[in-house]
Amino acid sequence: MNKIFKRKIILLGAILILVIIFGVLKGSVNLSFSELFASENRQILHLRLVRVILAIIAGSGLSVCGIALQAILRNPLAEPYLLGTSSGAGLAAVIALTLGLAVTYIPFAAFIGAILSTLLVYYISRERGKIGVQSLILSGIIVSIAFSAIILFLLSTSEREALHGISWWLWGNLEVFDFKLLSIVGVIVAFGIFTVYMFSQDLNAISIGEEEAVHLGINVELMKKILLFLVSLITAAIISVCGVIGFVGLVIPHMSRLIIGPNHKLLIPVSCVLSSAFMILCDSLARTIFAPSEIPIGVITAIVGAPIFIILLKKSEE
Amino acid sequence: MEMLLKADSICGGYINKPVINNVSLEIKQGDFLGIIGPNGGGKSTLLRLMSRALPLTEGRIFLSGKDLKNISTKEIAKKIAFIPQLTLINFSFTVWEIVLMGRIPHLSRLQPEGKKDFSIAERALNLTDTLHLRNRKIDELSAGERQRVVIAKALTQEPLLLFLDEPTSHLDIAHQIQTLDLLTDLNKNSNLSIAIVLHDLNLASEYCKKIILLDDGKIFKEGTPDCVLTYQNIENLYKTVVVVKNNPVTSKPHVLLIPGERKCKQE
Repeated sequence: MNKIFKRKIILLGAILILVIIFGVLKGSVNLSFSELFASENRQILHLRLVRVILAIIAGSGLSVCGIALQAILRNPLAEPYLLGTSSGAGLAAVIALTLGLAVTYIPFAAFIGAILSTLLVYYISRERGKIGVQSLILSGIIVSIAFSAIILFLLSTSEREALHGISWWLWGNLEVFDFKLLSIVGVIVAFGIFTVYMFSQDLNAISIGEEEAVHLGINVELMKKILLFLVSLITAAIISVCGVIGFVGLVIPHMSRLIIGPNHKLLIPVSCVLSSAFMILCDSLARTIFAPSEIPIGVITAIVGAPIFIILLKKSEE
Repeated sequence: MEMLLKADSICGGYINKPVINNVSLEIKQGDFLGIIGPNGGGKSTLLRLMSRALPLTEGRIFLSGKDLKNISTKEIAKKIAFIPQLTLINFSFTVWEIVLMGRIPHLSRLQPEGKKDFSIAERALNLTDTLHLRNRKIDELSAGERQRVVIAKALTQEPLLLFLDEPTSHLDIAHQIQTLDLLTDLNKNSNLSIAIVLHDLNLASEYCKKIILLDDGKIFKEGTPDCVLTYQNIENLYKTVVVVKNNPVTSKPHVLLIPGERKCKQE
């Protein structure tokens, strides 16, 4: 690894540490550094730390999923929700609420919905045991559109009060309801990211082309299956606790590639760091702009992410 | 000469379209084999069957005496490198990163490249005259430069056999000659055996030691350029009137086209 890369990585690490400190200090209640560590404010400190941890889990997971899909599909517009996970999770959550299930069951419903819709997309796109890149993208889009329409239908016809809360969830938020759930999701996402990282060489090869990867001795069909499974697992786990947070999985991979290049051995760790910092900052904004009321974090990531993406796009065209 | 690859009456192709029908051939060490023939005749398919990128439906292939079925894809990649027609790369890898990917079959997961791998990659850059491009982005190179980098990547695999599928089809004549001269040089001095699919009959004639003329999934003729590239064979197969003369410098057969003359199928 050359020196410039090393310097960039150290710099990014330092930025992340600063952002974490900032994320813990900043909140709807203004507390000084010493006040924050006072025993009477222990609970606030705890809540803020947990939010920062969730921001790191969600950000890293989503950006790594984006990276993996962009390489496998060789499509720069691929993002984690392309496999239908978001609309599947949303639909399952809405159905659960319509059936009158308690709010605590929503994460489970969302997780199952996300996995099922990915399976549906996978089976639609399979041709004779192989997964076609084009058909995967198309079937993902079609399933998403169909499920979103059903969500809108259910929302517009249902009278239930609880359903109005769902739109808030559909746009994502990092409020932690259940710490046990958070740790399970943390383990799933960490396992997923590590396993994707094991495939960095294969991801490098497949980003030049499937045929090239085959001729470098890689079992391409098996690799695609494993990675698609991991992507849907990570995305489903994240959606189940924080809803749908857009743009992170699309923009951060591109930003990371501009910083460190397309080599996945470096790209994956760098994008984890970058997306963690991005999510912590977005969450701080979400909590504080209209404090004490909170804006869904998906709104912030989209408002901040869209212009960044447009700037990157224009720059890369030059 | 040592036998590298032997195909024993193989059939195969795509699932609802078997292309290759009962082809047998041998590639020995030091061979420079050209595969030519009309469009849709199965040239690329034959190459892909021999590298196991496509499955066989019948017949067997032996690589250094071992049945290809029983060798892992990784082991095959250590022996056979493959250069497809046009490598379009969307991601801005540097030339160095691309060339190092040739080491993938030799490394285990997460194993970083060592000194030996670097020196092999550097040697490949030297051989293909691309060392100066080392830190350039692959998507910024010209077609000719990119082709040389792709060859360098293949050499970094340290293969015994190099398969190429129309590597010259997007290049101008200077780059065509440059690429094929490079291959000839590697064939002679680096002991690399080559099987190459070519559209251009004259390039095949000038560079290949042996030629296979493939039609409708079967071998129509095989042998030296002199015995394969006769006007009878070409007119029969391509249904086009041609004149075959010898190149005054190399005395290899040279195919001349006559505009407006098409042979009727009935003849």
